[in-house]
Amino acid sequence: MNDGQRIVELIPRLRRYARALAGDRARADDLVQDTLERAWNKLHLWRPDSDLRAWLFTVMHNVHVNQVRASRNHATLDDEGAEMAVAAVQGASLEIRDLERALALLPAEQREVLLLIALEDMSYAEVAGTLGIPIGTVMSRLSRAREKLRVLMHGVAVGAKLQVVK
Amino acid sequence: MSDSANVPVTESDLLAYVDGKVPEARRAEVQAWLAARPDEAERIAAYSVQNEELRALFNPVLDEPVPRRLRHVLTRASRWRAYALAAGFMLLGLAVGTLAGWQLHAQRSPVAGLTTGIARNAAVAHATYSPEVRHPVEVGADQEPHLVAWLSKRLGTNVRAPKLEASGLNLVGGRLLPGESKPVGGASPVAQLMYQTANGRRLTLYMRTEASSNRETAFRYALEGSVGVFYWIDRNVGYALSSADLNREELLAVATSVYKQLNP
Repeated sequence: MNDGQRIVELIPRLRRYARALAGDRARADDLVQDTLERAWNKLHLWRPDSDLRAWLFTVMHNVHVNQVRASRNHATLDDEGAEMAVAAVQGASLEIRDLERALALLPAEQREVLLLIALEDMSYAEVAGTLGIPIGTVMSRLSRAREKLRVLMHGVAVGAKLQVVK
Repeated sequence: MSDSANVPVTESDLLAYVDGKVPEARRAEVQAWLAARPDEAERIAAYSVQNEELRALFNPVLDEPVPRRLRHVLTRASRWRAYALAAGFMLLGLAVGTLAGWQLHAQRSPVAGLTTGIARNAAVAHATYSPEVRHPVEVGADQEPHLVAWLSKRLGTNVRAPKLEASGLNLVGGRLLPGESKPVGGASPVAQLMYQTANGRRLTLYMRTEASSNRETAFRYALEGSVGVFYWIDRNVGYALSSADLNREELLAVATSVYKQLNP
């Protein structure tokens, strides 16, 4: 099997992760498309003895970081795109589930760690390698992501307790 | 007791426990530590549920057909490069090979084919029987022991009716349905159990024996018309939980409960 076929076989997994990372379907597939284009152009940088899946997720991580940064700094340059994204989120919000909403509220760096572990079942060392961070940072982000998600999902109960104390 | 029992349980141990990445020798210690700390046990259990729910929520993406624009990224890119290199014979060869690869891939789509059948059949059965007012089931819940014994005998596997009262669902009863006809060996029947809430919202659990034993799948979700279906295979039985009345979140909660009861 050549590299192209191996990349194609991984597209469903890239899409699953992108959907969880980016939220809505169109933005997720844009992310996958940018990732595939970049990966294909940079394929000579991939070492054949290393894990292609981890490398593709690294490429997606980099693309995503750049996109998030770009949308923060140049939001006005892309008003149309931003409006469409907002409309898409509003349209989906009728059916959006609590978990999706809570997930979207996590910082992207925590969401990435949680998703690579929960969806891709990566080892903590693989996550560290994929995201280019120390393993201790993986653990602390994972811990914060899970606790924040738990509080968000059970936020009402926590708030109610606080009121009783007051 | 081993020496390592004295090693304190850390947050990293607990996280690894959630992810099934704790070494076998350490597992029992973490479990014992949690057993003595109900608050921590509750927190860690919530984290495990997060993992399950994330998979249930996003695994269905794996079954979606890959959009054309994504499938074509690599051909487009490789064609462009082939042209850019005037004598790009190597890359062109690669492009052709890749194209052939996708066509094979598109035809087979292995993950989808194995399990989507049960979702569709379960949804059709649900849509057929759940609107029934007078005859929703063949054997009512008042004869549950008989129902369970009968279905177990006909399916050739141990059928159990999960208790879903905690989710507000009471067993109405069940029925036997014809299975998919197979070219060899005829059709093996399928069981359908029906549940209902106090205000008449219905849910069915569809169960069939699977030919390939020991194959397990994660929860998957499919929407067949207005019927939402969570389905999975566990050991030699395929399960599909269908409802047009419960939303996806409610259905997932019930599916999780069913799964836990069938795997105590």
